[in-house]
Amino acid sequence: MSETIWLIPLIPLLSSVTLMLFGSRLKPSQIGMLGVASVGIAALLTLLLAVEFMQNQQVIQLSLWTWMEVAGFAPGISFYFDGLTLVMMSVITGVGFLIHLFSTEFMEKDPSYARYFAYLNMFVAAMLILVMADNLLLLYLGWEGVGVCSYLLVGFWYQHNANGHAARKAFIVTRIGDTAMALGLLLLFTQLGTLDIQTMVGEANQTWQVGDTIPLIACLLLVCGAVGKSAQLPLHTWLPDAMAGPTPVSALIHAATMVTAGVYLIARTHGLFLLAPTAMTVVAVIGITTSLMAAFTALMQTDIKRILAYSTISQIGYMFLALGVGAWSAGIFHLMTHAFFKALLFLGSGAIIHCLHHEHNIFKMGGLRTRMPVTFWSFMIGSAALAALPMTSGFFSKDQILLQAYQLPDIGPALWAAGLLGALLTAIYSFRLVFVVFFGKANTEPDKDTGWRMAVPLSVLCLLAMVGGWFMIPVSEVFPASDGSHPAHWVEYVSISVPIVGVLLAYFIFYSGRLKIDGLANSTLGKSLGQFWFSGWGIDWLYDHLFVKPYYGLANMLKGEPVDAIYGLIVALNQTFNHWLSVAQSGRMRWYLASMVAGLILVITLAANLSGGSL
Amino acid sequence: MDGLNIPLNHILLVSSLLFAIGMLGLMIRRNIIFILMSLEVMLNAAALAFVAAGAHWGQPDGQVVFMLILTVAAAEVAVGLGLVLQVQKRFKTLDMDHANRMQG
Repeated sequence: MSETIWLIPLIPLLSSVTLMLFGSRLKPSQIGMLGVASVGIAALLTLLLAVEFMQNQQVIQLSLWTWMEVAGFAPGISFYFDGLTLVMMSVITGVGFLIHLFSTEFMEKDPSYARYFAYLNMFVAAMLILVMADNLLLLYLGWEGVGVCSYLLVGFWYQHNANGHAARKAFIVTRIGDTAMALGLLLLFTQLGTLDIQTMVGEANQTWQVGDTIPLIACLLLVCGAVGKSAQLPLHTWLPDAMAGPTPVSALIHAATMVTAGVYLIARTHGLFLLAPTAMTVVAVIGITTSLMAAFTALMQTDIKRILAYSTISQIGYMFLALGVGAWSAGIFHLMTHAFFKALLFLGSGAIIHCLHHEHNIFKMGGLRTRMPVTFWSFMIGSAALAALPMTSGFFSKDQILLQAYQLPDIGPALWAAGLLGALLTAIYSFRLVFVVFFGKANTEPDKDTGWRMAVPLSVLCLLAMVGGWFMIPVSEVFPASDGSHPAHWVEYVSISVPIVGVLLAYFIFYSGRLKIDGLANSTLGKSLGQFWFSGWGIDWLYDHLFVKPYYGLANMLKGEPVDAIYGLIVALNQTFNHWLSVAQSGRMRWYLASMVAGLILVITLAANLSGGSL
Repeated sequence: MDGLNIPLNHILLVSSLLFAIGMLGLMIRRNIIFILMSLEVMLNAAALAFVAAGAHWGQPDGQVVFMLILTVAAAEVAVGLGLVLQVQKRFKTLDMDHANRMQG
């Protein structure tokens, strides 16, 4: 098995190429079969690999061939497989397989069925290359690959202009981070002479001391890349707009896998980050700020997918917090559980949207509890896990993060308190969603319930979201062990009880109506604050005025080609002279003659005068 | 050479006058036939100057050049009248100011 791990990304890639070339000749059933089966086989192979890994705990390094060789720089197409890779691969292929299966029903009526699965398979292949890459250059290939697939899938329904705009935004904003990341790779290569991750980290530990400047700069550049990809402040604005894509795409790319690539990158290069404590603090602060900002925004949204999008941003903020405080395995654990319950929530929202004639506004739903029972239970379990209610998967991972954050000296308790506030908000907005959508009176009638291809992935993900917290992820060999000490008991009790308080608040506000917030919401302050949060803290507006509009202004100015104007002046001057001279060319012989005679007389007179009469 | 001794200056004066008359005619006449005639007058003015100069210095060169000018004038008239016919054919007029299509 260890010699054949290259098959895992290859199979979805082959399927994608097949669908691109021959998709138009295949029947929809064949397309769905090919698309789902390729990821299914990849998932099975990953499972076999996982079983083998659990037995011998052996790290696999597989070099296929040298990609290129220039002046001692020889990155290979080579794979590295350890516990961290295994966790990522399991999430990608496992959750990916369920989402593919869900898609076969969700996209059934779409005319571009083959194109959809071609992109989705290509995404899985690119994401697998990203996590399996042995060196940072191959990782970057996968990194850009998933970016392209994200662009293609966000703009999948390109007939609508807004979707194309959202796709471009997703691509361009992440590109800002990617450029910084490319600079980071160049810096690391010039300093250490290799991009091979394991060798590089070893070299770095020999070359640099903790707190040196160069690893700090390199780490910050890598963080920029991670921030762009994982939709953290200040590059998070693309993710809510990326919800323009089909909902299973949001589940796979913008919740479970691609957006966590930044978390993976930092976890993979944690050896470097340990040399730069400042960079880690930056990561933690970015994470917690983003988390709170997005949680407040999610509280005000009315579009079901935008709520989930902001919630994703917020949860990835928790992962960044975990990485920043050195709780590596807790961060990766939260990545995995988040993939389960957020994919579940997105697929559940996809089922609602599918059955409710593409309705996105939660206030136009309502009363769906009895009409769509499978979806209702999916949402209940997903929201419980998202809110980190005890015994759900989200509880175990988020609890670990908060407790480890608390133990950090100096800023630890502050981070913990902010994290708790975020957890409270998370519980409120996720159960606001549940109460508004599934309880109360029905506003729109669903015309059908979910079919089995939707129900099965939902059920499996429900199970995973419930029990995922009991999994032991095999990353103890990858990351340095935490000291294992526990903070005081009251800290744990508070951490556990806060989400419950949040759920109760949501219950009293949005279900029983016993807690009236209308007065608060309608006051001037409440209104403007609500509007401010609804707009995502006005960051889109800010970027629009800070970058987009000036850029358009500049482009408009350059459209007139100011440099060409200099040459245009020369042309205009010539044309004027030409005009003047061509007036003399009147075509009248007698005029020519008269001017000739006049000229002649002038010349002779001059010559006679200048020669002093000797002529 | 006796009895008829006209000073060179006088002849040159007549020649210049003829030349000026021809040039003036060239400038103010619109009819192409008259323009051709004015040209002839100018040519002959030049020829007269050559002949007078040749006689004054007793050299044959003046008469040789006169013969050349006569030939040139004949050729010029041949070509010129051909052009006149063409002008008449195309513009249905002999007014030179109507043949002004070669303008900038």
